[in-house]
Amino acid sequence: MYTTDLRTAEEKAKARESEPRKPAVDAASDGAFQARIDDDQFIEPKDDMPEAYRKTLTRQISQHAHSEIVGMLPEGNWVKRAPSLRRKLILLAKIQDEAGHGLYLYSAGETLGTSRGEMVDALHSGRAKYSTIFNYPTTTWADIGAVGWLVDGAAIVNQIPLCRTSYGPYARAMVRVCKEESFHQRQGFEIMAALANGTREQKRMAQDALNRWWWPSIMMFGPTDADSSNSEQSMAWKIKRFSNDELRQRFIDQTVPQAEAIGLKVPDPDLKWNEERGSYDFGPLNWDEFWAVVKGDGVANRDRLEARQNAYSEGAWVREAAEAYAEKQSNSAVAAE
Amino acid sequence: MSQTGGDWDLYEVFIRSKNGMSHKHVGSVHAADDAMALQNARDLYTRRSEGVSIWVIASKNITASDPGDSAALFEPAADKVYRHPTFYTIPDNVKNL
Ligand SMILES: [Fe+2]
Ligand SMILES: [Fe+2]
Repeated sequence: MYTTDLRTAEEKAKARESEPRKPAVDAASDGAFQARIDDDQFIEPKDDMPEAYRKTLTRQISQHAHSEIVGMLPEGNWVKRAPSLRRKLILLAKIQDEAGHGLYLYSAGETLGTSRGEMVDALHSGRAKYSTIFNYPTTTWADIGAVGWLVDGAAIVNQIPLCRTSYGPYARAMVRVCKEESFHQRQGFEIMAALANGTREQKRMAQDALNRWWWPSIMMFGPTDADSSNSEQSMAWKIKRFSNDELRQRFIDQTVPQAEAIGLKVPDPDLKWNEERGSYDFGPLNWDEFWAVVKGDGVANRDRLEARQNAYSEGAWVREAAEAYAEKQSNSAVAAE
Repeated sequence: MSQTGGDWDLYEVFIRSKNGMSHKHVGSVHAADDAMALQNARDLYTRRSEGVSIWVIASKNITASDPGDSAALFEPAADKVYRHPTFYTIPDNVKNL
């Protein structure tokens, strides 16, 4: 997910080594801090907090922000080729929202003491992670439908619990994001529904997009609980509120009937309603593919980073002009005094 | 020059959702100057008619209380219950008071 810890085992080990050795629980302060969290109090920017809380949150929030920003790229690919003016307007508005989500999140992240410039540098230099899902290409118009329906749909399932996360600025940013997210999912589903009800070729296109996006979407929730060792601490801090597997199951249970409603088939031969659990059973996920994409073997990893770096460097003249203008204005204001 | 760590100044953004309400803090933006901060705030925080008025102020110009001083600042109010109307005993037969 946008917020899953995407560091590889080696990266985690390295981070642990570089951390100053300190007792597992820094008794008094960490105890008082945990008590505040257990009491459902919000933590605000200038409050005392354990260094590890600050670090973990900074990583989670900035990775979330990067995901929103990079997430604009696969959709931007279709703005000029949207099949109607209506669809183009909607897609532009949706992409603009994603830029907004990124900025809300950088704004929340900055309250923890890392500047937006530093976070963006980390993304552009390849040090920071973003959701693996955006390293898949959007090859047909139906992919834009699948992305809105599945990727934004998965994001909603992940983000709703984060509206109650323990860090105030993050929780408030999530409330704004969640309010805006539902249109994203509905416009995507509408695209899929229109194609699924269209010509045979259009329906085939919709099914093909679902086939390609289904597995990456459900892998977005991150490794199975058995393999995600860091979650326990994040749960205790309430910066993660449900396990990866719980959220994944919730998403699958919501989405399968939606696919059926428009006559599309979820590409999982093992998918079966389990009466006893009141949930769908599903087939094994390909975690080798997941980690390969995290490590940079996705079809579009290089393109995404290059697009971000180019956008930044090609915008340099705009920033320089704005700075020159600001300086001129403040000089003439001083002269007028 | 108005650059902070490779980025422009940070501005805090306050929005009045409709007349009759106070401005409320919603987040922050970066900008090269005040006018740009206002434009960026408009683009970022009022895409869905969330406001009728915007204030922006450079974060460095805000003086905030320190959570560490909370006890000294706010606890003295706790034992001044006589500031609340419920502190006073009024005979049952007295009305409009
Ligand atoms: Fe988003
Ligand atoms: Fe979205």
